[in-house]
Amino acid sequence: MELLRIATAGSVDDGKSTLIGRLLYDSKAIYDDVLDSTEQHSRRQSSEYFNLALLTDGLKVEREQGITIDVAYRYFSTPKRKFILADTPGHVQYTRNMVTGASTADVALIIVDARHGVVEQSRRHAVIGALLGIKHVVVCINKMDLVDFKEEFFRPIQDDLHDLLTELEIKSHHFIPISALEGDNVVEKSDRMPWYIDGPLLPHLEDLELPDNTVETPFRFPVQYVIRPLSNEYHDYRGYAGTIASGRVEVGQEIAVMPSGATTSITAIETPEGDANSATEGEAVTIRISDNLDISRGAMFSGTTERPATENSFDATVCWMSEHTSLKSGVMLRIKHTTHTARAMVSDLECRVDINSLSDFGFCDELKLNEIGQVTLRTSEPLIFDKYADVRGTGSFILIDESTNETIGAGMIGRPPYLGAGLA
Amino acid sequence: MNSLEKSNSELLTSSQLRALEAESIHIIREVVAEFERPGLLFSGGKDSIVMLHLAVKALRPAKLPFPIIHIDTGHNFPETIEYRDRTAANLEIDLVIGSVPDALASGRVQASTLPGASRNRLQTPVLLDTIRDGKFDAVFGGARRDEERARAKERVYSFRDEFGQWDPKNQRPELWNLYNGFTNPGQHIRVFPLSNWTELDIWQYILAEGIELPSIYFAHEREVFERDGMLMAHSDFLKPEHGEKVFTERVRFRTVGDMTITAGQKSDAETLEQVITEIAVARVSERGASRADDRTAEAAMEDRKREGYF
Repeated sequence: MELLRIATAGSVDDGKSTLIGRLLYDSKAIYDDVLDSTEQHSRRQSSEYFNLALLTDGLKVEREQGITIDVAYRYFSTPKRKFILADTPGHVQYTRNMVTGASTADVALIIVDARHGVVEQSRRHAVIGALLGIKHVVVCINKMDLVDFKEEFFRPIQDDLHDLLTELEIKSHHFIPISALEGDNVVEKSDRMPWYIDGPLLPHLEDLELPDNTVETPFRFPVQYVIRPLSNEYHDYRGYAGTIASGRVEVGQEIAVMPSGATTSITAIETPEGDANSATEGEAVTIRISDNLDISRGAMFSGTTERPATENSFDATVCWMSEHTSLKSGVMLRIKHTTHTARAMVSDLECRVDINSLSDFGFCDELKLNEIGQVTLRTSEPLIFDKYADVRGTGSFILIDESTNETIGAGMIGRPPYLGAGLA
Repeated sequence: MNSLEKSNSELLTSSQLRALEAESIHIIREVVAEFERPGLLFSGGKDSIVMLHLAVKALRPAKLPFPIIHIDTGHNFPETIEYRDRTAANLEIDLVIGSVPDALASGRVQASTLPGASRNRLQTPVLLDTIRDGKFDAVFGGARRDEERARAKERVYSFRDEFGQWDPKNQRPELWNLYNGFTNPGQHIRVFPLSNWTELDIWQYILAEGIELPSIYFAHEREVFERDGMLMAHSDFLKPEHGEKVFTERVRFRTVGDMTITAGQKSDAETLEQVITEIAVARVSERGASRADDRTAEAAMEDRKREGYF
């Protein structure tokens, strides 16, 4: 994969914005005029040094108050890769934003202040990354310049987080001592930390290998839109448009059409580049089949074995995102899952999760803003799904308020094995 | 670069572009499936041209089921208008025009008489009227998040209230590829399928797909004059003032908008490859280089976006 999506969060003043500013600046993603206007602003704030962090603040109120209030997306590229970075604020009240940024990420970048060690917010970021199914974590231990680049500040943080990430079943993790302010180990290897033998951050992100899991994962294709041109030229044409949520498919293959379970075979796969013999996860294609079946948006194609579940009741982990309402049993909501929208209701609010320890608080009455809980949901129609841990695209959903139309919750079907067990 | 390195780098570019293309197509199909009456904002600039190209790909072999919308300040490059009309005719799609000159004539908007005023801000009420009159519930826009810092905060589905306003502090969380398009009557969603593209991605995609662009994107001789360090095209809409000298220069335009606020730059790039080479080494952003409208204030874009601008 040559496009790498990164989510980053940090605590107040741990230098996250400076690090991102450094990555953008050193990879020349910042143009001179943007730099000039940032420099002028730095001077207005009487900063002693050119404030790299200001490169990433988007809104007036953020620049005035020196805070980040929302997810911002940054773009930079090197000859090896293009990076999309979701930059989120890390305060406890911003769990919502962290979950949002992590939902599309391949890699989580966690920043720890070398002077303060692992704080609650570093742990929370790791836990949210794990809940959202991120497989790779890179931990930057920042501000090494303020601890004289000494290894004894780096190792305890590494040991602490290594244990946590292992418990969270994140097997791929990596630790880098850096100084974002002075540029040590960000793009260029620092010569002030000879005890650190691995490479700096940017080359690590460039070379990070993401496993090609299209071989082992089952084929899933939520039907998004039925294309029927109704023209003389394409009189009988009927194509099922959508994005492959997982796995791989090829022309001639037998498939099942869910929820009916009817089987048919694939006669054509049309990609944006023309007809193809096969297609894999992430591709937006149009599939044509040999039989005339009643199929509309919300249906799902799968292999004839390893079919998805079709149920109207399931367990899920939910992050609550509404400032105005709380999640309670019996309240009616809209659910959007794959290309299907239905109504949903919590039949059982099992527990609220302590996001720092991952132990559960036991039964509770409601989930409030930024809280994460384990629930049982019932839906007005069966959903066609997999567990989130197995297939991200068919295991995720959002909850929408029926009166205000706001997105008020995000959910992942299933129950992570480490949830409720409590962390050391 | 040896030939092996070159083909390798082309392969990388192509894989990035295909991922971005798939994401945009997914967004466009989602809108067509869920909304009653979408429309696509088309300025004749490169971003809206790429967006239209993606929409055609997303829905083929069916014809586009929605119109393109042009908010016309009346100060156009003739090359852009010719391109717009020809494109609509070729694709057999409807063209909806929201006209700033008409709105001025009817008194709906008033032209500012201040020096340096353009029709840029007048586009917002005309755009909102066009959306309301056409009963559009989803409007595709070609904005990209890398363009400007307020845009970096914008969602793919950007909710607009009855007044067309954007509230950056109160946006719907956007997770996975699950977009929330629910609105009440009078409200609408601005949809930005190119959110994750950069300027360079756009140009490389235009090259890879062989997309035709209006000729003003390539180097040509033109009468210009210098204003605030920028080369402005001399036209009936914009004339030199106090001693600004008109001269002929070889220029191309990096963005294409209203003639009175879009600046050209000196260039000899006559082909897409040459333009891409110039952009890859450029040290000034496209808005900084070519948009007089963004120079007015530090938060110029954010303020206009709150009011309902593109």
